[in-house]
Amino acid sequence: MAVMTYLESVRETLRQEMRRDPRIIIYGEDVGVRGGVFRVTEGLQAEFGEERVMDSPLAEAAIVGTAIGAAINGLRPIPEIQFADFIFPAFNQIVEEAARIRYRSNGDFGVPMVVRAPYGGGIHGALYHSQSVEAFFAHVPGLKVVMPATPYDVKGLLASSIEDEDPVIFLEHKGAYRSIRGEVPDERYLIPLGSADVKRQGTDISIISWGMTVNFSLTAAQKLEQEDGVSAEVLDLRTVRPLDVDAILATTKKTGKVLIVYEDNLTGGFGGEVSAIIAEHALFDLDAPIRRLAGPDVPAMPYAPTLEHAFMVTPDKIHDAALNLARF
Amino acid sequence: MPRTRVKNAPDPELMHRMYYYMVLARMLDERTWILNRQGRAPFVISGQGHEAAQVGAALAFDPEVDIVCPYYRDLGVVLVFGMTPGEVVSGHLGRSTDPSSGGRQMPSHWGHRARHIITGSSPVATQILHATGTALASKARGEKAVSAAFFGEGSTNQGDFHEGLNFASVHKLPVIFICENNGYAISVPQRKQMAIANVAARAQGYGMPGVTVDGLDPVAVYEATKAAVDRARAGDGPSLLEFKVVRLTAHSSDDDDKSYRSPEELAAMRREDPVPRFKSRMEELGIWDDAKEQDLRKRVREEVDQATRVAEAASLPDPDTLLLHVYG
Amino acid sequence: MARAAVKTKMPKTIAPDVLEDMFYHIVLARALDDRMWILNRQGRAPVVYSSNGHEAAQVASAFALDRGRDWVVPYYRDLALVVAMGMTPREIFLHLLARRDDPNSGGRQMPAHWGLKRLNILTSGSVVTTQMLHAAGLALAAKRREEDTVAVAYFGEGSTSQGEFHEAMNIAAVWKLPVIYFNENNGYAISVPQRKQMAVADVAARAEGYGMPGVVVDGNDPVKVYEVMAAAVARARRGEGPTLVEAKTYRFVPHSSDDDDTAYRSREEVAEHKKSDPVITFETTLRELGLLDDAKVADIRARVKAQVDDATRFAEKAPDPDPETLLKHVYYGD
Repeated sequence: MAVMTYLESVRETLRQEMRRDPRIIIYGEDVGVRGGVFRVTEGLQAEFGEERVMDSPLAEAAIVGTAIGAAINGLRPIPEIQFADFIFPAFNQIVEEAARIRYRSNGDFGVPMVVRAPYGGGIHGALYHSQSVEAFFAHVPGLKVVMPATPYDVKGLLASSIEDEDPVIFLEHKGAYRSIRGEVPDERYLIPLGSADVKRQGTDISIISWGMTVNFSLTAAQKLEQEDGVSAEVLDLRTVRPLDVDAILATTKKTGKVLIVYEDNLTGGFGGEVSAIIAEHALFDLDAPIRRLAGPDVPAMPYAPTLEHAFMVTPDKIHDAALNLARF
Repeated sequence: MPRTRVKNAPDPELMHRMYYYMVLARMLDERTWILNRQGRAPFVISGQGHEAAQVGAALAFDPEVDIVCPYYRDLGVVLVFGMTPGEVVSGHLGRSTDPSSGGRQMPSHWGHRARHIITGSSPVATQILHATGTALASKARGEKAVSAAFFGEGSTNQGDFHEGLNFASVHKLPVIFICENNGYAISVPQRKQMAIANVAARAQGYGMPGVTVDGLDPVAVYEATKAAVDRARAGDGPSLLEFKVVRLTAHSSDDDDKSYRSPEELAAMRREDPVPRFKSRMEELGIWDDAKEQDLRKRVREEVDQATRVAEAASLPDPDTLLLHVYG
Repeated sequence: MARAAVKTKMPKTIAPDVLEDMFYHIVLARALDDRMWILNRQGRAPVVYSSNGHEAAQVASAFALDRGRDWVVPYYRDLALVVAMGMTPREIFLHLLARRDDPNSGGRQMPAHWGLKRLNILTSGSVVTTQMLHAAGLALAAKRREEDTVAVAYFGEGSTSQGEFHEAMNIAAVWKLPVIYFNENNGYAISVPQRKQMAVADVAARAEGYGMPGVVVDGNDPVKVYEVMAAAVARARRGEGPTLVEAKTYRFVPHSSDDDDTAYRSREEVAEHKKSDPVITFETTLRELGLLDDAKVADIRARVKAQVDDATRFAEKAPDPDPETLLKHVYYGD
């Protein structure tokens, strides 16, 4: 068992999967010699050759559109979108094509590809290198949307995504790449898509989150325990589509108080869906209103440190919101 | 605007102006790297090696009436259009005085309403359509303004490039498409981006003129741009100009170009540096000497120092401004 | 593109029985098409998209392929193409009438949204031009898997204004993919004539800007289309990369059964083009070559009519999709 960063876990999982499955190809902007702008694919072209790790022209619709064709014709493409903010030129290919191809062909054709994209802010990325895009894609049946929080989950979820017969949007938080470390077993393992994980047991309040904010929530939960005597449970959804509804309802019933934490804009964000599910199925288990802590309703995250901080969901903000709710 | 034809009889005054802007752009650019290495500017993206193309092209427009949609390398363009060095550095430091975005965008995401510089984003090539649109409006309103879109050769592989050029040519719009071809889309060399030698070869597919020019020669660039601007102003439609330039730095302060360019290639490129090259040319013409050089450098250094001081003294944006300007 | 069918010489590139087979498929496609419009006007088929006028280009291009092994990625106008690839009249009408056993989509898509795995016809959507990238992807996979197959993307000239046209052409050229871009240029994007779509006379002129060959061919001449396509296919199989083929054609009918083309083009214009109707001119050519005579033509028309009648009866009696299937095939294993 090795301790590695989130980024290393993505890279080593790609390497392990590529060694066992010759159908896998990776392509995108700068993923070859350069190893990606974040170095996620560093060394992969050297090991697997230019045929399997290719630099592409700067054209996102082309990257995803060709991956659809390649997936249909027997490969397992893992296209990389350099930043999640740049995925929108390919929105048409993902939403109108990849998500619908199985359905519209009555099951004849499937698109087993994994679109990897670094998302999220707090890294001076400003309006076009900071965005959380999961809600756009979680809305679309036919897609799966995976957002790991830890190096361990990266490995099991990425392997499952690659094995999956349907298109997966695999969102990696770029702030997590180097700041989050953890133990990752050497051997291959799968984490089923649609299985949430209780990252921390608690009794007073439930914090439900996904992606990087799970880590922030754990930090906040520790502070709640130590400074305020509040026992917070942290549920990591891990995938927002498919969604582990049972786990959401179980933690709700356990604590009766739910804080939903996400980095995306508040309105229309995925937290609204989680909240609706709780309201529909567990209203009478609640001891307080459901609360959401998320990014403000501005189009994207600004650059200046003062503005970026004002946007970001942080452990302190989670702590304060959770404490407030715990004392309701 | 200078009216002299420089081709056969170079106009010393115009050449001096070109050189001033080239040196200003270079020294300002170098200062932003120092600020970055000092930890004061989180991110720098550079125009070094592009100055001759940017300044030569921009000087062929009339900043009083014309409209420019630059991309992130276009420091030389925005200086000619009237953005001050102090305004430039305030963007790098994310200050409230940044005219481009009030500290919201990453540095070099230029925008300045009073200077006819249209705000740009990070996903590349979108500005090609915006410039097409501003030209459509100018034509519809019977104005003589010419619009310009600047972009790298990487952008020419995006669908937006194609859609913009096609639309502009169908409607014979007064817009100039200016490609600063430095041979790299971050790490991806031109041969992996496109199967042709010259971007300008694409112009004929739209029925518009396409010209490839030595982008290290500001006079040649000026001549070619002037011809295209005159043509557009006369109502004869758009042109595609390609200026072959060098990118003397890494893609950005987060990039390391040694991972994809050899020491020999980097050394050869440095010998192409347009700034000393143009200086030598003026010396050969007998219109430049050491005294003039020293005087200019001193003057520009003072401008850059002053710009740095002004920007550093400015305040960071108030966090309360985070929520402003979502709607009008 | 009007051409006089005189002084016809037997083409060296295509065997006589193949020419006759092409003709059969062209006539069959037209007859299916005509029947679709009748079903539409009778209120039995809610919408029709036609290949009427494009048949020669589509059928001849298909005949240059290894049908069933090579991939085609059609667009909604490609009825004659899928007929030539081997989709049966019954299958086509099951699709038209959105029946349960529609093999294209199980009654989910609008008519003329072709897709059939058995024949390597890739499923297609309504947003134009996406298929050009899918074809490049199919070709990429074929190349990686060292299969000797090519992929052909079909599209109208309207599609060439989309960014995805550009991205597909570029990526196919950079990666030297075994793909052929087959443009059916009928001069109209619904109501918008070509001069308002692009400032060039030929779509094929764009090929040079990608570093690939671009060829213009008379889409009403099946022999010429076949020859151009055969050369492009051979080039792709040799590993020399993509080709852009532009077949100049004309749509004799409105864009769809919901369109009224009298609003945007004169009857004289349509009549002029009908003089080059490939169903008629190709028949003349084959008669001049001695491959067809009255008896043979009568036989073909009778066989075609029988097939179309059978398909109509079969599809009309076929069951509708079970509402329960609404939720199926969202994900694998549904």
